[in-house]
Amino acid sequence: MIAFVLRRVLASIPLVLGIATIVFFLLSLAPGDAASLFVSPNITPEVLEQMRRNMGLDQPVHVRYFRWMSAMLRGDFGISFSRNQPVADIIVQILPNTLILSFCAFLLAFTAGILVGVLQAVRQNRLTDSSLSVVGLFFYSMPSFWLALMLILIFSLGARNLWGWPIWFPASGMTSVEYPFMSPVEQLRDRVAHLVLPSVSLALVLAAGIARYMRGSMLEVIRQDYIRTARSKGLSELSVIFKHALRNGLIPVITLFGLYLPFLFSGTVLIETVFAWPGMGRLVVDAIFQRDYPVVMAGTFIFAIMVVVGNLVADVLYALVDPRIRYD
Amino acid sequence: MLALWGALLWIGIARWERVLAAPSGAWDHRVAFATWILAIITLCGGSILQERRIHESRTMKGVGQWSLAWMAFRKSHVAVGAAITVMVFYLAALLTPFLAPFDPAVQGSLITERMLAPSLTHPLGTDQFSRDVLSRVLYGARISLTIGFVAVSISMTIGTVLGAVSGFAGGRLDSLIMRFVDMVISFPRLVLLIAIIAFFEPSIFLIVAVIGLTQWPQPTRLVRGEVLSLREREFIQAGKALGLSKTRLVLRHLIPNTMAPVIVAATLGIGDTIVLEAGLSFLGLGVQPPTASWGTMVADGRDNLLGAWWISTFPGLAIVLVVLSFNLAGDGLRDALDPRLRS
Repeated sequence: MIAFVLRRVLASIPLVLGIATIVFFLLSLAPGDAASLFVSPNITPEVLEQMRRNMGLDQPVHVRYFRWMSAMLRGDFGISFSRNQPVADIIVQILPNTLILSFCAFLLAFTAGILVGVLQAVRQNRLTDSSLSVVGLFFYSMPSFWLALMLILIFSLGARNLWGWPIWFPASGMTSVEYPFMSPVEQLRDRVAHLVLPSVSLALVLAAGIARYMRGSMLEVIRQDYIRTARSKGLSELSVIFKHALRNGLIPVITLFGLYLPFLFSGTVLIETVFAWPGMGRLVVDAIFQRDYPVVMAGTFIFAIMVVVGNLVADVLYALVDPRIRYD
Repeated sequence: MLALWGALLWIGIARWERVLAAPSGAWDHRVAFATWILAIITLCGGSILQERRIHESRTMKGVGQWSLAWMAFRKSHVAVGAAITVMVFYLAALLTPFLAPFDPAVQGSLITERMLAPSLTHPLGTDQFSRDVLSRVLYGARISLTIGFVAVSISMTIGTVLGAVSGFAGGRLDSLIMRFVDMVISFPRLVLLIAIIAFFEPSIFLIVAVIGLTQWPQPTRLVRGEVLSLREREFIQAGKALGLSKTRLVLRHLIPNTMAPVIVAATLGIGDTIVLEAGLSFLGLGVQPPTASWGTMVADGRDNLLGAWWISTFPGLAIVLVVLSFNLAGDGLRDALDPRLRS
């Protein structure tokens, strides 16, 4: 087992490096460089040339590549052009925000998706099943950013200004303006309230996919002999489904954990923009628009690492849970 | 069928001056005119064929794989309905110059026509630049549907070829291609797309190319899996024994047999691509204004979400409807094309 994990870790290192390489060369192909951001009538060509030299942009591509790669492997991501701050510091500040959001969204998506999938499988071809399928497919077909806007319209703006509902959720940022003056309990509540809409709009689209998958895998498990045995022993339906069937039904869903990570991170890019959530997605998007190369490189690199690590965890979990899988 | 006849005739009567001016107008008007004529001819032909088929004797001929699949597909009303919705959307996209009540890019009076609620003259309201939302949704359909179709065609072609080569060749080449696939798949695609599009100039060609060129890993995996199981079958052995060249084996015998799952993946892929393109446009990286695109329209409505909800809501609903139809049609196709799922 340990050998298997080690081998998978070793195999994912070239993967990460390969992704970083692709990103580097794609971006170096782009017209214009970081120094062109500062082009203005107030700056003489000599100063611009000096800036290029300071940023190391006067070197040929392969030299820049090796410099950048070796610096990055030492954990040095360079200095952000737009914020004048080491990129590593910015990422350390911002990464937790994205992790919180993605973790909540994933938790929500998997809980909801698994429950709905099980319910559908148990009630196969009945009204509950077909109506949940339609609802699921509806959410599955939805762009997450539009869903986010609609949730804001209904549960934030509408609920507060039009209908005066007692509960409404804030639609932007991680905390309220008066956050520093709150008691710890209120602070926690404020944070949770700010998390609700972004994580729900991220999770619903994923949950719909998970439910589809879960339904299929549960249907296969439920037909097996050992489930009939469990029923004929006189176990309650609840214990048959949740204790016996669910365990095996969950196995294929674990692969989704790895498969959905890239989707989740793509989703956070849009959702963080909609909700003004100070996370990695927004950081990278802003950096792209400002041509802040070091941040773009570091951001995409971090995303790639998170995806690869997620896949690794999924693989290991899969091998742990399913004894039929050989890991040699 | 009747509704389609009604719509086509209504265009001829209510928009007759646009239809008459079309053959000498802009290229999209000419395309629309050609589509209109073609649709009428197809409908006429279809009706005549249907009549004749009813009168013809019911002798059964041999049925191939595709007609079997078609018969299975027809049984699912949901899938047929979805396929019809998709076709109606494509028809509407082609006929937009005749259908749209207003010009999508022309701004109306900023005082009297700004952000009007849905009414009879503006069925879906107007936006902050006093443009008719319905017309813009119709014109946006062209962008989304075109990008979806072309990008998926590109990625499916690349994926099929790479997957077939990878599966058939095996060995070093196979593992090289598959490692590359792993690399591209384990990457948040949106981030990659944003980076490429933002650093180059956003244009419709770039978007189509980039989406198409980053989507091939999924079909590659799919086709490779199919080819791996197909190449051990007897008909390939027979082909090898006959001394067929490798190219011929792959192109004539392997690839056609992998088409069923590829068609399903393509149908589902168009839906995904439309959502993806909308996301890019939403960030301002899609087709540039004033050209209408669904994602841009949703973004336009963001600032006036409460006062003018219709600006964001209707383009979003259009996305949901189209993507839902593609997904339902894809599911129906999957059930119809897989002999094991056919009952």
